[in-house]
Amino acid sequence: MNLSRRQLMILLPAAAIAWEHVLAGTPEAAPNYTMSEHWWSMLIDIPKCIGCGNCVRACQAENDVPDGRFRTWVERYHVSDENMMYPEVISPDGGKEGFPSVAKADAGKYFFVPKLCNHCADSPCTQVCPVGATFIAPDGVVLVDQKYCMGCAYCVQACPYGCRYIHPEKKVADKCTLCYHRITKGLTTACCEACPTGARQLVDLKNPNDPIHEFLRTHAVQVLKPQMATGAKVFYNELDGSVR
Amino acid sequence: MSAFRDAGHLLRFAGLFVLAFIIFLVVRKVVVPKSFGEYGHYRGASIGEIAAHPAHFAGHQACDACHTDIADEKKGGKHAHVNCEACHGALGKHADDPASVTPAKLDTAVLCVRCHAASVAKPKNFPQVDAADHANGVPCETCHKPHNPALEAGGAK
Repeated sequence: MNLSRRQLMILLPAAAIAWEHVLAGTPEAAPNYTMSEHWWSMLIDIPKCIGCGNCVRACQAENDVPDGRFRTWVERYHVSDENMMYPEVISPDGGKEGFPSVAKADAGKYFFVPKLCNHCADSPCTQVCPVGATFIAPDGVVLVDQKYCMGCAYCVQACPYGCRYIHPEKKVADKCTLCYHRITKGLTTACCEACPTGARQLVDLKNPNDPIHEFLRTHAVQVLKPQMATGAKVFYNELDGSVR
Repeated sequence: MSAFRDAGHLLRFAGLFVLAFIIFLVVRKVVVPKSFGEYGHYRGASIGEIAAHPAHFAGHQACDACHTDIADEKKGGKHAHVNCEACHGALGKHADDPASVTPAKLDTAVLCVRCHAASVAKPKNFPQVDAADHANGVPCETCHKPHNPALEAGGAK
């Protein structure tokens, strides 16, 4: 093969660019997805939740969540008339198999509160990570890099909502990814897919056509623990004041 | 030059410092992953790795593409907005390969009461029954078709 000096000078930069591409590795799993065009969150419509536990089972099946750990779970509140400040809260096995039925109403009210990672915009968990293993992705989802995590569990302590756990086999932090592998492909999350009453809705705040904008304008919507200033993004419709 | 007359030992230290700094830079270059810092103080490539996790739920769009008869049956009924996999479970494998993976038949005795068992803890407007009292052991699907549960006589709520 004969190469002139001119040809070599042209080929060398081209080879360098090609080598850079080889080094960059495989491209992202969802090529048609642009992170900067989304800001994901979720809407929980409390009056619609019937406590069936479908979301908890679906999450476990979709994300291989180990038994006894939960990326999402359902709590049942019982608030009595005499003691509004101290509700009785149960969540047997995360509400996975539903709740014991209540035959006749005792004093007070009952309601279900599904919980999951709030994907906070100013999340305490990402701030305490000493190695940069947990982070807020450019589309607003709080994720864990399990190859980088060393399992120190600072983030588990830092989360005010108790949404993280240490995976018993992998020994790294694990949590709700908002079904990142689904939402980046245009699907909804497993919990939303399995919810029979539409009590859970995936929300994209950057999408101007998302019904969430109309919903937030016209309903009494809260986030959990607003006093913590975490920028929580899971919105609860008609949330009772006793919920912590 | 008199100020640097006895500076030989300091220069040796300075050389050591420079050598240590170069070693630090080399080690840092090797150890820190390539995509670290791409979007922030984390490994950018991990986003793609998390997105590559396989999905087990196919999503109702995939179901409706083939099962148009069921989609039509559900339309207008009380269960119109209940997604297929809410009852049938995760069936991504079936959607990928409908011929060889067939879903199991469901047991309405377990399934219906999961949502419709009476409990005062549930929202008042949600249809609930005390199964033993309501059906006397007769399976739900004898009267109610799961995809469109209203009674055919038109007397259902």
